[in-house]
Amino acid sequence: MSANAPTEKKKGKAVPRTAMPEQPASVRVTNFNEVTLGYTPEMALTEAKRCIQCKKPLCVKGCPVEINIPGFIKKIVEGDLHESYRVLRETNSLPAVCGRVCPQETQCEGSCILGKKGEPVAIGRLERFVADTFMASDACEQLTGTHACSLEHEGLKVACIGAGPSSLTVAGYLSSLGIKVHVYEALHELGGVLIYGIPEFRLPKEIVRKEIEAMKAQGVEFHTNWVGGKTITVQDLLDQGFNAVFIGVGAGLPKFLRVPGENLIGVFSANEYLTRVNLGRAYNFPAVDTPAYTGKNVAVFGAGNVAMDAARTAKRLGAERVMIVYRRSEKEMPARLEELHHAKEEGIELMCLNAPVELVGDEKGWLKSLTVQKMMLGEPDESGRCSPIACDGQFCDIPCDMAIIAVGTGSNPLMTNSTPGLELNKWGYITVNEDTGETSIPNVFAGGDIVTGAATVISAMGAGRRAAKEIARRLLG
Amino acid sequence: MPSRILKKRSLIPGQTSELVLDAPHIAAKAKPGNFVILRVSEGGERIPLTIADTDKQAGTITIVYLVLGKTTAQLETLKEGDDILDLCGPLGKDTDIHKLGGPVICVGGGTGIAAMHHIAKGHHMAGNHVIAIIGARTKDLLLFEEELKRFCPEVLVSTDDGSYGHKGLVTEILEQRLKADPTIGEVVAVGPVPMMAAVARTTKPFGVKTVVSLNSIMVDGIGMCGACRVSVGGKTQFACVDGPEFDGQLVDFKELSSRLSAFKAMEQISYEEFKKSHVCKCSH
Repeated sequence: MSANAPTEKKKGKAVPRTAMPEQPASVRVTNFNEVTLGYTPEMALTEAKRCIQCKKPLCVKGCPVEINIPGFIKKIVEGDLHESYRVLRETNSLPAVCGRVCPQETQCEGSCILGKKGEPVAIGRLERFVADTFMASDACEQLTGTHACSLEHEGLKVACIGAGPSSLTVAGYLSSLGIKVHVYEALHELGGVLIYGIPEFRLPKEIVRKEIEAMKAQGVEFHTNWVGGKTITVQDLLDQGFNAVFIGVGAGLPKFLRVPGENLIGVFSANEYLTRVNLGRAYNFPAVDTPAYTGKNVAVFGAGNVAMDAARTAKRLGAERVMIVYRRSEKEMPARLEELHHAKEEGIELMCLNAPVELVGDEKGWLKSLTVQKMMLGEPDESGRCSPIACDGQFCDIPCDMAIIAVGTGSNPLMTNSTPGLELNKWGYITVNEDTGETSIPNVFAGGDIVTGAATVISAMGAGRRAAKEIARRLLG
Repeated sequence: MPSRILKKRSLIPGQTSELVLDAPHIAAKAKPGNFVILRVSEGGERIPLTIADTDKQAGTITIVYLVLGKTTAQLETLKEGDDILDLCGPLGKDTDIHKLGGPVICVGGGTGIAAMHHIAKGHHMAGNHVIAIIGARTKDLLLFEEELKRFCPEVLVSTDDGSYGHKGLVTEILEQRLKADPTIGEVVAVGPVPMMAAVARTTKPFGVKTVVSLNSIMVDGIGMCGACRVSVGGKTQFACVDGPEFDGQLVDFKELSSRLSAFKAMEQISYEEFKKSHVCKCSH
């Protein structure tokens, strides 16, 4: 296969983007198996050939971890998947995860030149195909050419607090350079939001586990049940001789609506509901012990990825009617298009231009209905989206026995309260040097949601990569 | 990481036990008022338990539990030398302990006496005169009386059936004590929700600062899920990171009781299945 093959296509009729097979909506709402099934080798080849190998690839600029996108796609076309995987792993420690959960349409694919006139290359699907082919089977070999990774820099060690995407990126990057990394995680399972937040049907736990196994093979040491700021503090780690500390403890306390009735039974934060189901595997109750209650008529507030995840989870757990209640219109929804599309296919109702004003309970304190107020769209606000304006006197009662609030999170105080001298912004998030990720404490870095507030997996990984580069520069010169 | 059970003591046979756990990294940091989250087995639920005592030198913490559902029943099947699968902590804010102008009254009910013990000990170490008031349904269900006597000059007891100490409620002793001594600096209450609510009602006319330790439902315990939210002074607070101790006069106890019942039916299913598959071989 010639590497020039893709460019020949350029002149011909545009080849359509290769669709990805998925479970039919009617089947998948009855299980927690992954919705999308991935490309076959033939599909991947067809799609890879669509890439025109731009000299100045815009897609790379759109990727927070700067994957050499034309490079890895070219290797698929050449039939060298091994090499393609190596190119991916050069900058991305979690390619099988990113291929599934990144908002590609606004990042790499959003910048793809083919997208100007037609459909962009399905970069995310190709990334997933290559990553799944190897499933981090031998990370050391991929990176170093040997089966056993040796830590070349014996004296150097770095600690990461939290085991979510930002810390895992730091750990993957530094360990591949031969630096010892210890990761401290508060929960009993590794992966952070990849485990407790994102449902199995979108990101199977097995994928996360395998990517983490690859890091263990690279010499990363993981410690579960260690709570940053409680069991261990930044000062403890510096005292123990760590050369640098990375804080990646994620977002924190869920935000609520501040409407009457939101502490009624049956009202959950999305974090609670998803943690019960994902970390606690409550979909297997009573085979497992963590219960999750699901109502008949479920209202989900918010319209981001987390809201979609919660709504689709509720549907799978037996809810008859699941409504996304959102103050603005479908156009303003922050969720990934693919998730919104999947949710609609699965029968999730969109109740746009509705704002909750009260949750009403029965005499035993259980939620029984919801009062919403009609909204209309006004001028764009500071977020650039049209602002919702309440329509006077237009209220509506909806029967509803479960509500899930997915309107974001605030900063978690555990870590920040226990670290004297750590500079925070007015919302309680950690202030960092934008170029290096360093905090106000020398050699202490931070990234991910505890710096930016709730954001995407890939932006957390971008922050991890930035900090890891700086740590490596300082330690290795 | 797993944590080994170094000592197990049955406090009320088949119902309440005390475990001394090897957990040096938790013992080093634990302060009165803190709790741990544990998980007994794969597929098990994360449950919070208050730390009843610590020994920093020995690197141990002590927990006391009442067998209420599957997780605690499973815990009860473990022996000395066995491991608890996951133990995470110390969590929650430390009790605000400082030298007070007058005595502190620590009220404990049921298993809450164990948690209250750690707080009372902290007050004693800070140089406060500690009066303990403990209550149970009957004499055999009373915990930690001897332990409290080690540092409390007064340990006052009530039982519902009058089998030991005052016949009646802890709040009756509390009220008498508050009336008799206007210098009481603070009241701390740990126990069942109705007891803590009653303590807050009792102290209100006296204007004494009243601290209660809330046992709301938790999932992660690290400030992430919001399950443990409670209304305090009309504001939503999170027991895991803002508490578990709050001003008793400001807590919405009715809402707390209601929220505690959210999973009752499901917990019952878990427990019944466990009992069926786990016929007790010990007491025949």
